Amino acid sequence: MAWFFLYVERKTIAKMQQRIGPPLLQPFYDFVKLLGKESRGHSTTYSLMMKAWPALSVAVLLAALALLPVFPADGGFSGDLILLITLLELPSMFYILAGFTSRSIYGKVGSMREASLSLSSNLLFLVAVMMIAVSSHTFRLSELATPTASPARWLGLLAIILCIPAKLRLNPFSTSSAEQEIYAGPLTEYGGGDLALWELAHGLEWLVLSGLVVSLAFPRTGIKVADAFIFFVLCIFLVVSLATVAAATARFTIDRSVRIYWHWSVALTVFFLLSAFIFRG
Amino acid sequence: MKIEILEKLLNHCRKKSPWLFHMNSGSCNGCDIELVASIAPRYDVEQLGIHLEGSPRHADILCITGPVTYGTLNAVKTVYAQVPHPKAVVAIGSCGASCNAFAGSPTVVGPLYRHIPVDVYVPGCPPRPDAIIEGIARAAAILGQTERKPLTDEDLQDAPGCGLNEHGPAKGDEPCA
Repeated sequence: MAWFFLYVERKTIAKMQQRIGPPLLQPFYDFVKLLGKESRGHSTTYSLMMKAWPALSVAVLLAALALLPVFPADGGFSGDLILLITLLELPSMFYILAGFTSRSIYGKVGSMREASLSLSSNLLFLVAVMMIAVSSHTFRLSELATPTASPARWLGLLAIILCIPAKLRLNPFSTSSAEQEIYAGPLTEYGGGDLALWELAHGLEWLVLSGLVVSLAFPRTGIKVADAFIFFVLCIFLVVSLATVAAATARFTIDRSVRIYWHWSVALTVFFLLSAFIFRG
Repeated sequence: MKIEILEKLLNHCRKKSPWLFHMNSGSCNGCDIELVASIAPRYDVEQLGIHLEGSPRHADILCITGPVTYGTLNAVKTVYAQVPHPKAVVAIGSCGASCNAFAGSPTVVGPLYRHIPVDVYVPGCPPRPDAIIEGIARAAAILGQTERKPLTDEDLQDAPGCGLNEHGPAKGDEPCA
């Protein structure tokens, strides 16, 4: 499904640019091709630590995917929102660390940008998550999965959607992987199988983030097949909307991106504190 | 038997997903402009899986423009070494094949084949984006082979072109506009 989301993103951008775009299996072809490339081997400039970051990112994202409350009445491992948010922060951190450990100047600049951007967008993200949790008086994902009519919850979900372009490095917040300026950014020194894992991690990030928003937003019918279908359709809708915005905008500079997120965070925090007094739940 | 199937799958994926790295080895920029024009949405190379990458370590096909100048010689060799196997090199423009207008200059150290192995030449000064895309598609077809051998018509099935090959105009094809 991660590959399908990557395909939908690329196809949407292609359609927005009035062209046909890649075939359905393109992300799969990319993945297999990358696996077949010569690996860099072990050396002082390509340490074991560097190789660990992409594998860890994929592992953490798979764990986060398992936590998503798509079928809340199922029981099983009902984790809570804090665990999911922690797991979601890690791939971004590994991306930054990958750039710093790669000992390449392009990696360093890309990681510095990604670090500043994630600092500001995470503030918005965490305030939004707190709003959602407080408005339902719970942190448990299985209870959060049924939507309520409170405005705080929907504003929180909107704020999370606003954070997704920064987390996925989409336009207009794609400054940390700006090819024209810093080659490939933090991933410049990666090749072959590790790059395949980074691409897979990117696809999984798409899946987990859109899955998080959708699973907290849609009413459950109780029939598993119908729920799964609605979840999938709403996720695809979210992917198409975000890809459309990405195709239509240009990249913001890092100071502008950070400033935009700080402004939104402050606005949301003010609303949150006010609503905590006014609405009282 | 299983290894053959995996090998076939891998070669098919290599042909379907050629990632480029663009390097300028002293070119006048004309070919560079045509190359980035061919990556633009107008020509839609993403259909062939072509993707311009930011780092040579991510790429399969190294697209080099320009005659190799004395100052860029080390850079060319370094970048060629950074592209992981299996790789292909496309020399874009007539400078890569023969130094073109710069032949005999004291700062030009010769056509590209003197320093790195070249798989596809795209002649022109500058070549049209269509020709560049055909060159890249041929390089992708070369990557899709298990051992390097001359391309057959079957290999070139997905490669866009004017329907011209070494044997003359192909039957049933219209000439390119």
